[in-house]
Amino acid sequence: MNVQKDYFYTKSHEWVQFLSESTARVGLSDYAQSEMSDIVFVNLPQEGDLVSVGDSFADVESVKAVSDVYSPLAGEVSAVNEELLDSPQKINEDPYGAWLAEIKDISGKEELMDAAEYEKFLAESAE
Amino acid sequence: MEQKTPLYERHEAAKGKIVPFAGYLLPVQYPTGVIAEHMAVRERCGLFDVSHMGEVILKGPDALKNLQNLLTNDFTNMRPGRVRYSPMCNGRGGVVDDLIVYMLDEGKYLVVVNAANRHKDVQWMKEHLCGDVQLSDISDGVAQLALQGPRARDILKKVMDEGLIPEKYYTFTERAKVGGIECLVSQTGYTGEHGYELYCAPQDAGKLWDLLLGAGKDEGLIPCGLGARDTLRLEAAMPLYGHEMDDEISPLETGLSFAVKLGKEDFIGKSAILRRGEPAIERVGLQVTGRGIARGSEDVYIGERKIGRTTSGTHCPYLGEAVAMALVDKGSLPQGACCEIDVRGRRIEAKAVPLPFYKNK
Repeated sequence: MNVQKDYFYTKSHEWVQFLSESTARVGLSDYAQSEMSDIVFVNLPQEGDLVSVGDSFADVESVKAVSDVYSPLAGEVSAVNEELLDSPQKINEDPYGAWLAEIKDISGKEELMDAAEYEKFLAESAE
Repeated sequence: MEQKTPLYERHEAAKGKIVPFAGYLLPVQYPTGVIAEHMAVRERCGLFDVSHMGEVILKGPDALKNLQNLLTNDFTNMRPGRVRYSPMCNGRGGVVDDLIVYMLDEGKYLVVVNAANRHKDVQWMKEHLCGDVQLSDISDGVAQLALQGPRARDILKKVMDEGLIPEKYYTFTERAKVGGIECLVSQTGYTGEHGYELYCAPQDAGKLWDLLLGAGKDEGLIPCGLGARDTLRLEAAMPLYGHEMDDEISPLETGLSFAVKLGKEDFIGKSAILRRGEPAIERVGLQVTGRGIARGSEDVYIGERKIGRTTSGTHCPYLGEAVAMALVDKGSLPQGACCEIDVRGRRIEAKAVPLPFYKNK
């Protein structure tokens, strides 16, 4: 399973890429997309939405099931990746490029793992 | 504790994603994914392990009489080598299960039932048997493979005597040799596509699986999981027990009147069905026109009026759109009419379209 080195991760398999101290992009890890497989629909938040840590702020649907995406950050949604609305399969094809939302004015975050810790977490959950 | 089918090791070796289903461990998909597996069946061919299905033999001079009493369809004009679909009703006119009946011989029938209902069905049948008939649940002694798709016949031709391949839909050949393995081969399936189902002894299942995959390699045959089985049957609008029908929903309400012969002598559920009268609800097809995917058990509205609920829904890979089946107030949703489906608190638009969503040409 591919893990992007400079990203941070949650236990629910979201990734966080910090663009600055207070702005970051959020997406789904390679593990998450491979578990869901064949993503056919994405529901994204709206620009300007205020999100808290743990909020379900997007959902991603595969042929078989719906998965909620939880915000690992508190802040304001400053952009959403609208390309995914027409091409949700991009999450399968390029999980670390296919960001869902950008969050600014970050005022809080959940405990995040770095790439090495996330790799270890994946290995342990596979046991 | 879930049972393994005789093909469990094959699924593991092929890296199938194994899930518990109806008491069995089965692959929901292989690394190819549901969409690729679905498309393989529509365009080429797919191979499914459906060994979880239940098989019951009814045998004896009164076997036919019992089928006539237990099931809603009419079997009096059936001949050996034919297959027939039927609901089995309870005394309230609801559905115990839907199943298919193979006439093996005079006084001998094979009944194939849903895995999840196997024990309930066997108990129900036993409680209602009459006269000179024996029932045996042979499910654990039978493996079943489904070879589905337009190339299925070409693949079978390579491994069995062409003359023994059942020519017509809902017919079968008993004791056919497929690569030396004794099988019952029927032209049946649950995908809305041309195809066959092969029943064999569990100890031969692995060999048959490998043989068919090998024979179908050049035809693009791939193994398919439960995920594609569900999207295929939904696209073809084939009902699934527990979704489009259950112990309360009558077969007429869910659009199965073709298999309910109210003209034949008495059968279990007949008087209740007659008493219930013209169904107040009907099964309709919905195409999601808004953004989202409807699933089962979601409320359907016209304005603020709730007219029913969805029974199954998904994104259909071949059609490339989200569809759902729904049971709604009769006449409330003529073809082309618009409605809204409450998808987890959000209303999305849909319109009524004819069933099936997909029909094999």
